[in-house]
Formats: sequence, C-alpha cells, structure tokens
Amino acid sequence: MLGFLKKPVVVTAEINLSLVALTVVGLMSRLWGLSYPRAVVFDEVYYGQFVSLYMKRIFFVDDSGPPLGHMLLALGGYLGGFDGNFLWNRIGAEYSTNVPVCSLRFLPALAGALCIPLAYQILVELRFSHCAALGAALLILLENSLITQSRFMLLESILIFFILLAVLSYLKFYNLQRHSSFSGRWWFWLLLSGVACSCAVGVKYMGLFTYMLLLVIAGLHFWHMLGDQNLSNVGGATCKINHVLRKACVSLVCHFLARGLTLLIIPVATYLSFFYVHLTLLYRSGPHDQIMTSAFQASLEGGLARITQGQPLEVAYGSQITLRNVLGKPMQCWLHSHTNTYPIRYENGRGSSHQQQVTCYPFKDVNNWWIVKDPGMQQLVVSNPPRPVRHGHIVQLVHGITTRYLNTHDVAAPLSPHSQEVSCYIDYNISMPAQNLWRVEIVNRESDTDVWKTILSEVRFVHVNTSAVLKLSGASLPEWGYRQLEVVGEKLSKGYHQSMVWNVEEHRYGKSQEQKEREVELHSPTRMDISKNLSFMAKFTELQWKILTLKNEDTEHKYSSSALDWITMDTNIAYWLHPTSGAQIHLLGNVCTWASANVAAVVYTCLSLWYLIRRRRKIYDIPEDAWQLWVSAGQICVGGWVVNYLPFFLMEKTLFLYHYLPALTFQILLIPIVLQHLSDHLCRSLLSKSMFSALTVAWFSSVCFAYRTFSPVTYGEPLSVAELKDLRWKDSWNILIRKQGH
Amino acid sequence: SMPAAGGGRAGSGPLRQRGARRPQGAPPVSALASRAPAGWRAALGLVTLLSFASRFHRLPEPPHVCWDETHFGKMGSYYINRTFFFDVHPPLGKMLIGLAGYLSGYDGTFPFQKPGDRYEQHNYMGMRGFCAFLGSCLVPFAYLTVLELSKSLPAALLTAFILIFDTGCITLSQYILLDPILMFFLMGAVLSMVKCNSCADRPFSASWWLWLSLTGVNLAGAMGVKFVGLFVVLLVGLNTIYNLWDLLGNLSLSLVMFGKHFLARVLCLILLPLTLYVAMFAVHFAVLNKSGPGDGFFSSAFQSQLIGNNLHNVSIPEHLAYGSVVTMKNLRMAGGYLHSHWHLYPEGVGARQQQVTAYLHKDLNNLWIIKKHDSDTADLLDSSSPVEFVRHGDIIRLEHKETSRNLHSHQHEAPLTRKHFQVTGYGINGTGDSNDFWRIEVVGRRAGKLIKVLRSKIRLTHVATGCILGSSGKTLPKWGWEQVEVTCTPYVKETPNSLWNFEDHINPKLPNISLDVLKPSFVEILLESHMVMIRGNSGLKPKDNEVTSKPWHWPINYQGLRFSGVNETDYRVYLLGNPVVWWLNLFTIGLYLLIAISTAVVLKRGVQLTSEHKGELSRVVLRGGGQVALGWLLHYLPFFMMGRVLYFHHYFPAMLFSSMLTGKYWMLGEGEAETRTENCAVLDGHFNSSHSFYLFHPLSYGMIGPMASDPSSPMAGLRWMDSWEF
Repeated sequence: MLGFLKKPVVVTAEINLSLVALTVVGLMSRLWGLSYPRAVVFDEVYYGQFVSLYMKRIFFVDDSGPPLGHMLLALGGYLGGFDGNFLWNRIGAEYSTNVPVCSLRFLPALAGALCIPLAYQILVELRFSHCAALGAALLILLENSLITQSRFMLLESILIFFILLAVLSYLKFYNLQRHSSFSGRWWFWLLLSGVACSCAVGVKYMGLFTYMLLLVIAGLHFWHMLGDQNLSNVGGATCKINHVLRKACVSLVCHFLARGLTLLIIPVATYLSFFYVHLTLLYRSGPHDQIMTSAFQASLEGGLARITQGQPLEVAYGSQITLRNVLGKPMQCWLHSHTNTYPIRYENGRGSSHQQQVTCYPFKDVNNWWIVKDPGMQQLVVSNPPRPVRHGHIVQLVHGITTRYLNTHDVAAPLSPHSQEVSCYIDYNISMPAQNLWRVEIVNRESDTDVWKTILSEVRFVHVNTSAVLKLSGASLPEWGYRQLEVVGEKLSKGYHQSMVWNVEEHRYGKSQEQKEREVELHSPTRMDISKNLSFMAKFTELQWKILTLKNEDTEHKYSSSALDWITMDTNIAYWLHPTSGAQIHLLGNVCTWASANVAAVVYTCLSLWYLIRRRRKIYDIPEDAWQLWVSAGQICVGGWVVNYLPFFLMEKTLFLYHYLPALTFQILLIPIVLQHLSDHLCRSLLSKSMFSALTVAWFSSVCFAYRTFSPVTYGEPLSVAELKDLRWKDSWNILIRKQGH
Repeated sequence: SMPAAGGGRAGSGPLRQRGARRPQGAPPVSALASRAPAGWRAALGLVTLLSFASRFHRLPEPPHVCWDETHFGKMGSYYINRTFFFDVHPPLGKMLIGLAGYLSGYDGTFPFQKPGDRYEQHNYMGMRGFCAFLGSCLVPFAYLTVLELSKSLPAALLTAFILIFDTGCITLSQYILLDPILMFFLMGAVLSMVKCNSCADRPFSASWWLWLSLTGVNLAGAMGVKFVGLFVVLLVGLNTIYNLWDLLGNLSLSLVMFGKHFLARVLCLILLPLTLYVAMFAVHFAVLNKSGPGDGFFSSAFQSQLIGNNLHNVSIPEHLAYGSVVTMKNLRMAGGYLHSHWHLYPEGVGARQQQVTAYLHKDLNNLWIIKKHDSDTADLLDSSSPVEFVRHGDIIRLEHKETSRNLHSHQHEAPLTRKHFQVTGYGINGTGDSNDFWRIEVVGRRAGKLIKVLRSKIRLTHVATGCILGSSGKTLPKWGWEQVEVTCTPYVKETPNSLWNFEDHINPKLPNISLDVLKPSFVEILLESHMVMIRGNSGLKPKDNEVTSKPWHWPINYQGLRFSGVNETDYRVYLLGNPVVWWLNLFTIGLYLLIAISTAVVLKRGVQLTSEHKGELSRVVLRGGGQVALGWLLHYLPFFMMGRVLYFHHYFPAMLFSSMLTGKYWMLGEGEAETRTENCAVLDGHFNSSHSFYLFHPLSYGMIGPMASDPSSPMAGLRWMDSWEF
C-alpha cells in the first residue's frame, strides 16, 4: 500500500527538442506581426461577410463549401469579441477598430504553423530518418506560399492542417496495427483519422480527395490482412485469452467493422454535426432566403415566417393562394397574370391566342393571388366546414384580380413553341371553348389521399384535356411581357423536374362575400407552426443540395489561372497593396522548393517504374523492406499529390493558384524521401555519399536564399521600385509596379 | 546488374509461384477448351439467320425521316454532294453512310430537313439496309465472343437470343444512325481481342497476327465513328497491358522475345489504328472539297481550301490600309465574324445602342470600314490621295458598313459576361465620340510594322478604358438572334477569345496578290478539326429548365426515346429495351459483383481448394467475366462525369457487354453440375425473353392506333412503368 514510498516517483518524459524547436519557429513564422496589414486582404473580403453573418446569426448559403471552415473563422471573431459590424465590400479597405484582426487571423495561422510538426511526424511514421523528417519540416517552414496563405482569414491552411492530421493519424494507427490491435491508442488514432478526414471535407470539398485516398489505402491494407492466415475469420469466442493466441483471436470481421465504423460512419456523423451547429447558429432570415424553398424560409425567424405564421394549413376550395415555382431558377417567382394579352402575332410571324398573359413574376404582387375553385360550384369562398383539396382532385384556378380562369390549349407558347401556351380566359361562348380544368398531383405525398398543404406540399398541375403540365420554361418574355418569365404547358412531360412543381406560399381562406364572413371566422382553421415541422435532416438535405447545385456565374477573375500554370508557378496572386508605399503581399511560392518538388516527383516515378520492371524479371535492386518503405511513402505523397491536383483538370470552376497548395504540400514531403533513398541506396561509396550530402546542403541553402528573397512580398515589407522589378523572375508574374512620376 | 540483396524472400513467395505457374498451366486448359462444343457452327448459322431476319423485317417502315436520320442522312448526302459541313463526330460513320447511299443509287438530293419528312421516290433503303446489316452482325459477334470466353454453347446461345429479342437493339439498327456502325466496330474489336487472347499459346502465328491486326482495325473504326470509341480503346489497352505484364513475369521468355511481343502490339494496336484514323480524315477532306454550311466553324486558312468559298484561290490586297473594307474573324476555334445589325440592345441590357455580336455565317453585316480616329474617309476614298497603310499601334475607328455606326465600348456591363464591358454600335454616319477609338496591335510585333490580312493576329484595345475586344463564346438570347456575345474584357490575358484576324479585304487602290502561301498543312487541318469537334461536343450543354436523360435511368430501362410519331394516327416507333431482358441484365450484374467479390476473398483467404478448381474459378469469374464486366463499366461510368446532353441510346454499347455477362453467368455451373433446376432456369430465360419480345415487338416494328393507356390498344397493359411514353 505504501509501495510508492519504497520507490522514488519518477516521471520520464521524452521530449524531442528538435520538434519543439521546429514548432516554435513555425509559430513565429506564421504569427509574427499578424495584424499587419490592418486592411482587408484578398478573399478576406469574401469570408469576412460570412463571419459577420455568423455574428449576427443571419442565415446564408455559400456555394463554395460546407460550413466548418466558415464556423472556425467565425469562432475567431467570437473569441475576439467581434460584433459583425463591418462592410466587407472592397479589398484593401482599412479595418475599423471594432474588428479584432489578430483574433480573426489567429486560427488559420495556428493551423498553418502546426503543419510543420505534422510533416515531421508523418515522415517519422513513414519510417524515414530523423534527418529526412527535419528536412520535410524545414521545407514546409520555408515555403512562402504556405506562409502567405496561413497569415490571413483564409481556409487553405486549416484544410491542409486537417489533411495532414488525417494522414498522420492513419499512419500511427497502421504502425500500431502490428503489435497492439484494438488497444486504446490504436482506437484513438483510427478515430482521429476519421474525424480529421471529416473536418477536412467540412472545411472545403477538396478534402474529399484525401479522404478517398485514405479509404483506398485502408482498403488495400485490409486486403493484405485478408491474405494473412494468422487471423481467424470470425469471432474469437472459442479462443482462450492468452498472450500467444490473442493476436489470432482478433477476428477479421472485428477489424472490418472497426474500420467501417471509424472511417465511414463517424465521418458522416461528424459532417452532419457541422451542419447541425451551422443551422442552430443561424436562425434569422437573411439575404439568401429566396434560394431556399418556402418551407425552409418559413423556418427562419423573420422573413417569410412573419407572413405565413398562423395561416391555414390545408388548402380548401375557395382558398386564396400564391403559387411559387419550386425550382427557384433563374430566380424565385410566383404564378402571375395581368390584364395584358399575348400579341396577336409574334416577331417571327407565329400567331397567338391573343388571350390574357400568364407569367411567373419574381416580386410579390397582388396579381400573384389565385383562388382555388371547385368546377362543380360557382362560389369563390371557403365553405363551412372547409372542404380540403386532395391529391388527384380536379380544380379550376381563378385569377384573383381579373377573375379569369387559368387555361391552356393547343397553341404554341411564345418562346417555347414545342409547349402549349398558358393563358387566362373566360369562355363567353365566342371563340374557343375553355380548357381550364387542372388535376392536382401532390408530388411529395405520403398516400394517395393526402391533403394539399400550404408550403409543405409540392404540387403539379396536370391539364385535364391535354395532360400538359404547368411549367416554368425559364425564358424571359420580350417587351410585351414586361420581361417576366414564361409559363407553359409542357406536353411531353418526361419525368420529374422542379420547374414543373409549385407550392402554395401565402394562403388565406376566402371570405370576400360579406354575409358569410362571420360564419367563416367562427370555424377558424387548423393552425400550425411550420418551422417545427421541418426536421433537421430535411433542412440538411435541402441546404446540402443547394450548396452543391448553386451555380456561380462569375467565371473570370483577374488572377484566375489554369491548373497547368501551377506546376511551374507561372502565375501569382496579388493579395494586397499598400495605398502609398510599395509594400505588397503576393501569393508566391518558394521557386526553389517548387522546382525540387517537381524533380522529386519525376525521379520517384522513374525509379519506381525501373524497380517494378526489374522486380518482375526477378532482379531485386534494393532490399524488400526498403522497397516496402518506398512504396508506402509513394502511396501517401505521390498519391496525395495526384488526387489533390489532377481533378482540377476536369473542373469547370474558376481556379486559383491557392487550389494547388494541398497538392504541393504532399509533393514537398516527397523531396526528403527521394533524397534519403538516393543517398542510402544509390550512393555506394563513402565518397559519393559525402558528395551527395554536400550537394544537399548547397541545395538547401538555395531554398533558404529563395525564401529570404521573396519574404518581403510574403510579409508585405515596403520595397522600392527597383527591388520590385528584381523580384519579377518570371514575365508572367503580376507584380504591381507603380508608374514613376504619378 | 546490382546484387539482388534480400531478393526472393519468403514474403513474396506464394504470389509469385501462382503467377509463375500459370504459363505452364495455360496450354492444357486452352487445349482442352479449344475443343469447341459440337454444333457451334449450326448454332451460329441459326442465330445469324434470326438476327438478319429480325433486323430486316419491315425495314422500309416508316417511309419518312425518323429522329436523328435528319442529321446523319443529311451528312451522308453532303458526302455525295461533296459539300463541306461540320459535325461533332469523326467522319467514318457518315462517310460509310454516304458510300452506302452512293452505291445503292441515292443521288444526295433529299434535304432531310426534319423528322417526319416523307422520302417519296428517294432511295433510302441502301443506307438503312447498310446500318441494319452492321446491326445484324452484332449478334453473331457476341455469340462468338461468349463462345470463346466460356466455351459453352448454351451460354453463347443465351447471349445471342437476348440480343436478337431485344427491341432496343432492333430499333437502333433499323435507321440511318451512327450507333449500329459504332457498335459493329466495337464488338468487332472485342471479338478480335478475345480471339487473339486465345491464340496466346502460339504467338506470331498467322491467326495471332490476323486477330491482333483486326483488333487494331476495329479500334480505328470505333474511334472513327464516335469519340465514345475511346472506351473500347481503353478496354483493349488495359487488356494489352495486362498481357504484357504477364509476359514480362515469364522468366522463360527472353527480353528479346518480350521486345518482339511489345513491338508487335505497338505496331498493330497503336500505329496501325492511328494510320487508318488519319487516313479516314484524309479521305474526308479529299471528298469534301466544296464550300458548304460548315465553313464558318473553321479558320480563314482552312476555308481557303474549299471550292466556292470566297477565300478559295483568293487574291486580295496583302497589307491593311485606311479606307479598306474588311471582315474580322475571332481566333477562338469556331469563333465568329464581328457583326452588327440595326437591332438595339433591349431595355435593361446595358445602354440602348446597336447590338454588336459574333456571327458564324457569312453576311454583308460582317463588313467594317477601317478609318483613322481623327479624320473621316472622304479624302481617303479620293483616288488621287496616296494609300496610307495601317501600322501596329495605330489608333483607329471601325465603322460598320451597312449601318454607318462605329464600334464602341463603354463602362456598362456586357449582357451575359457581367464582368466585361458592353460593345455597341454608336454614332451617326460615322460621327461618334472618343469611346470609338481602338488601338490596333499585332501579337508579337514591334511598333510601326504593317498589318497583314489573314496572317496577322490582331488585338484591339479600347483606348478609353483599356479593355480588349473579344468574343466570350456565350450565345445571346432571342433578342440577339442567338448569335455569340462580343464583349470588351478588362482582363489583359492572351487568349484566342480576344484575338482576331482580317479575312476579307477590299481596297480598290491596292493591288491584289494571291495568297496561296496560306495553305495549311494536313497536320494543321487535322488538329484544327479535332479542336472544333471537341469544342462542339462540350458546347452541347443541357439548358437550365430542360428535362434530360440521366445515366442512372438507363440500366433500369426507365425511359425510351421517341423515334417516330406522337399522335394516335401516326406510325409510332419507340426506342426502349425489352424490359425482361434488361432487368435480367441488371440482376446479373448485381449477382456477378457478389460472386466476383466472394471469389476474390475466398482465393485471398487461401481456402483449401484443389488447384484445378482454383485456377478454373479465377479464370472464369475474375479474368473472363472481369473483361466483360470491365467493358460494361468503361462504357457506362464515364457518362456520369459528362456535362453534355445525354440520351438513352448512349447506353447501348454498355448493354452489349451486360448481355454477354448475362449469357456467361447463367451458364456458369452448367458444365459441371447439369442440374435440372439450372436447365429449367435457362429454358425459362429463353422463353421469357422471346415471350416478352412477342409482347413488345410493336415498339420496334411500329404501333398504330390508340395509346397504351387505352384498353383497345395492342400495347394495353404493357406500360409497366409510368415513365414509358407509348
């Protein structure tokens, strides 16, 4: 009991001082003078507005990615006591005093600094020497582009941090696999790997590439385990737990399930939790409301909810409604009509019915109101008790102001001649017969007797005579239609498309006939709070879908580049320019590192092919374990570079140099790997080894020199015109030089 | 060589042994297998006969243009008339259609204007018959392929019957389309590849060379019809890499022998197809030597080769001078001519001034007059005054000849590309303001040099705002007559979008010289036509509110394509697979994946099996089936990543592979087990496919009368899915 008295209490701590030193230097390089410049730098103008919206808890949709990255930036603002009051309108604008610049930029800078020890650890876990690991960390430390990108309120450094963390923790897990499966540490690293992957995806969708890579590598490793005959197939119930058999008892199935849980299920759950927090934080209506469906809008505080609160849920005969098209593209709009008619002849000579126009109008207007009428009865008010409209019922839609009926017929629509014209019409037995019966089809019904509900039901109107479907064609009408959007009857309605689906947004029970007013009020309709009806999963699905499908129109930017420019760094981005002095900040990489990284990738590929072909002929140039190391390092580093770079050739969005940084990080890790391999296996004599070391030192000093040369534009130190001109090593670089004498 | 330190250790032992054993094990297996099942010839005759009968049945019906016949028939006619046109597909398929028409006496006069046009006295049967012939060959090809892969006659027969009885394959083979031609070459390539693989034990024999070179020929054919032929090239490429890797591991084979193997494949599978492919284009350009509707898509240099084009044998003044009347062509591939017309930009789209667009066709509205920025041309037209040439760096004004308005730009946003400035026609009778001034520069030239017509690449910089005149490539809406947007881009970047050349040049005061030197080389023509095709393909984007076919619809036979007829009185043909066949295929793919995964795991776990069993399993399930399944994947998955408009018929190449998989797999255990249930299942399969064919045959052979929703229709009760429209 008092054993501790007999032996001294000893705490043995192993501290890798070089790792500590690297971390400290890294922190200094990223955090030094963080609040300079005290002005909006490049994409801070973009992310800043979201930080402000988080501070004010206003809902927004950003199609550039999922919310974790934005939330982390906002966390910085929250910790710094930011109130969100800043107009993010222009790059270079001076920050007002209420903006905690340092704290907003702190998290990305911290993440950027922590990438340095992570790189060191990854190389160690890949079983390369301390020297190689040190080299990798130093190369990351001295990479100007990574420094620039870390020092501002941008997301790439956070993304790279999570990517490296995921890789490191997977490697730790894999190395523990051999002797201590299912130990506490084993679980910890496996779990951390899954969570880090999920965080990477949560910051930017680019993280998905590394996640996929890790999944493939994990799959490969598991496939090798399958061939390991020492592992039993199913549970180890019959085995006695003793140390010798323990390994065999841990079954393949358990291994498989553990990986499935941590690398698939937990990341998905984590990803969902980001959205949960996001949606919980943002509960007020805001600038992007109209992108979302009516149901979603109604769940936000203010905005549509203010209008729809307390309106009757079930649409009944006699209801007065506005109908919103579900697609929301090219803009949200409501079914609309006005007294003007279609022109008798269009410009191209085709004729029309010359009946009243029906359009889709992007603004709230009294002409957006329609009354649901029972074809068998004359009255336009809700009866007592209200008779709800159900799926499959046949209705007429009466335009509230002009009291004409929604009608379609075999006349070509003005801009889409393959579809039918939709008009408003009353049959006075003069010309055409009325064709104004519509069948209500609830698309998202649960049963065939569902009632048509305000906001919640998505409805198709099928024309009874021609089975055409009421559709928003997306084209905007010419002058005579006031540039409102064209609505047509689609005859060849193939399948489901959101342009054919409508939902009721505003709704009230009609009581315009004075005498009945009191009766209707007596039977007040069912009321409900729609916001409580929309589950988190429904909100998540909608928001996620909108983020993925929202198209950004701007396809051009002054500093945009193509993926091919990145590999040779033929492009740069000017992030910030001091209004008076020549000080400027550029995203510009360490030329020496970029070139060496490319060389390393080429050397790695060529050597691997050479070894592979020779091995196939049973000639083994290097020992088997060296070969295994070489292959696993390549899987991570070359694999990481490939998956983070090549997909950009297939993408159609605007690309910038900073998209290359994750790929570059992996490529940099390859340099020390190749160097160590060359020195271990290709330099055989002592002389050549020392020659090689000398060359390496010389090369490294050139890296340091390049870092030093470009650090003024990394940190934004003032420079004279001559100095700036000297920095323009490539003609394609856009370094801003003020004209003399202005 | 270096010392093999640690080489050949235990770690790599088992794998290597297995790999090493195969070559020795292979000959007995293939010797045993090469005894083809008895009666395979008779069966081949039978399926060929049935296939031809089903494809040629009612071939002339309907006697009007169906669906895409309007394109491909028209293009066949172009070859007969030798007029130049542009299409997004390579030329072989249309050339063959043209040839078939020519040989069968079609004179190329039918306009093929729109679906539904009656052929009347025109001879269209030659072209349809040719396509049906190639389409009929698919069945014997598939039969032989499966026979070669599985050595089982029932398997081959099942595949053949599935394809014979598939209404979709029949419909697609009966019209003037590229698909039967593409699928012919595709199946030809697969068959030759499989045949060549089974000749592997006697390399460099005559039959080996024959099949290897036939593979190459068919690859060229497939690529020459449509670019999706690339997928079968990939399939053959992967198969070749696999074979070579296998040979490399065979230590009994010397490196010299390996080199021979390698070179033989380079010769037959790369050089031969490439030569044929290039030859195809050579024939294409040789045949189409008259100017036609496709001229405007190509560069000025290219057009100068076409008889009837205004650039053909042209002689024009060489250097640009003030007072010249010119047309300007955008240098991006398929870029248009700078164009203007009396119509104004509509209200709300920038300033309400005259539209300036890029137009692909030749037109008087493409003519512009070059003027000095500070003086009018009146004195320039005076014949006595000396000619003044335009020089690099000059500031000029461009006056539209028809409307006498100046090319103008200002800081209003462009109609579609919002970050660019609007370009308009401004001023009256050539009098405008300082926003009409443009600096003319030649790329890569120093100041003061003259500007050459056709050959100089021109950049026009707007003097007041510093932006550059360019064409964004986006199509304007109705108000702009669907011409291409012209903008002034503030981003100073060198792209073909912002470069122009002068094409026509009229100046009576200058001597005309012949510009034959302009003639592009064949390689340049080849490259340019490919760029134009690729651009055309990527331009086929679905519009925003358009309902399009999605790849996931296809294997479940979700929705067909209307080939002909809409109303009850029409003769209606609807492209839709035989649902029984297609759902069976789908089911088999799932089953195959299950079997393949479990087999792979079992083999990896080293379950105790006799080595014969093991070899058999891995050969049949993973290797043979793998090839077919890979073919299916390669012809299906890429469509998920394509941005262009997709149609149901894109799935048919993949469907051929999945039918072969079905044939193979329902016969898998047949050789050994011979159980009654399996035989029953197979018979059942035959019966079901033929019975459902009986039910659904009107889809291909024509439906007349009421729609399927009407109980009196012959198709009543057959609309099993709501999405089918017949």
